[in-house]
Amino acid sequence: MRTSDQGRQGPAAMQNGAGRRQTENNRSAGRGGKKKGNRLRLFVQLCFTALTNGYAAGFANTTIYAGDLKHFCVPGLSCYSCPGAFGACPLGSLQAVLGSRNFNFSFYIVGFLMAVGALMGRFVCGWLCPFGLVQDLLYRIPFVKKFRRLPGDRWLRYLKYVILVGFVIVLPMTVVDIIGQGSPWFCKYICPSGTLMAGIPLVAGDPGLQEAAGGLFLWKVAVLAVLVLLSVVVYRPFCRYLCPLGAMYGVFNPVSLCRLQVDRDICTKCGVCQKTCGMDIPVWEKPASVECIRCGDCVKACPHGAIRLTGPADLIRRGGAVGNAGTSGAVESSADSVEDRH
Amino acid sequence: MKERSGGIGKRRTAGVLLLAAGAVFMAVGIYRGEMATVFIKAVNICLECIGIG
Repeated sequence: MRTSDQGRQGPAAMQNGAGRRQTENNRSAGRGGKKKGNRLRLFVQLCFTALTNGYAAGFANTTIYAGDLKHFCVPGLSCYSCPGAFGACPLGSLQAVLGSRNFNFSFYIVGFLMAVGALMGRFVCGWLCPFGLVQDLLYRIPFVKKFRRLPGDRWLRYLKYVILVGFVIVLPMTVVDIIGQGSPWFCKYICPSGTLMAGIPLVAGDPGLQEAAGGLFLWKVAVLAVLVLLSVVVYRPFCRYLCPLGAMYGVFNPVSLCRLQVDRDICTKCGVCQKTCGMDIPVWEKPASVECIRCGDCVKACPHGAIRLTGPADLIRRGGAVGNAGTSGAVESSADSVEDRH
Repeated sequence: MKERSGGIGKRRTAGVLLLAAGAVFMAVGIYRGEMATVFIKAVNICLECIGIG
């Protein structure tokens, strides 16, 4: 078992020349690697957004796709009324099923969220969510001062759970009309993704909708505008404080097959990971934090190479190795050196 | 050593179990006809989502 003294062996070992050289090499590789990692993530985000929201005819004709793919949910926050959307939004679908007269629980959507959460956790937020991409791009806009967090950050982070329970689950189920149908409260009053990707393009291209747009539309545009402005100065304010989908996936972060692991024997607790992390997480201390979006910036930035992002592929590889008597020992001891206590 | 690998192993097992449970839930939901509710909602413009109704 590793003790706190063993944990401090890292910096001591770095006192020798070889250790210093290795650290310098890791550091320079980390700087170059971070840029490369960011480009890869941006590429994946763009490709996935094009894949899920690339129905060009919808944008051209101000209509929405109505094919069979709409039976299926996409993992990220992507409004099904977006003219480009090929799939259904999991949050909108959950509210639709919970608010319908026929069902008071959605096995389909809850099962989908469980499966995606168990597989990837908030990797979805960092790599696959179209609204996450929008916020990432907004944060790239230069501004005189960027902030690590908003005042009251610690408490504001709980707001997304309140929205999840209140606006996504309880209100659609309990506040119903005379035929027993509930409203999608989150979509109606909060969701900025729906306003940006569906509301604005549809209202802009349809005179009938322009006439119908009133106070509620203005409210939603105002919510979007505030989040857009905040996204320029704070990294992903919607994901941090408001997104109920991120809140749900975050619950699975500690057990998801794709997660960060910190090698405590190498980690020196230097804090570079937290300084690099856009979500301001002390990765060395809480690699399975519910706030972590698995962007991988800390993996690239760690000067000692102590953090790694594991995925289902590792599980399959280890599973295969356990079955192979000749190699199982080596693989298991390698796994043992990687510790993830949070 | 045992404690460490046990901790990781438990989490991995929990992840696999949740993944399997999710798949079973999805199958139950599809059997109950929830997919049709999702489809009907998704192929019509959601006025609440766009801030109209």
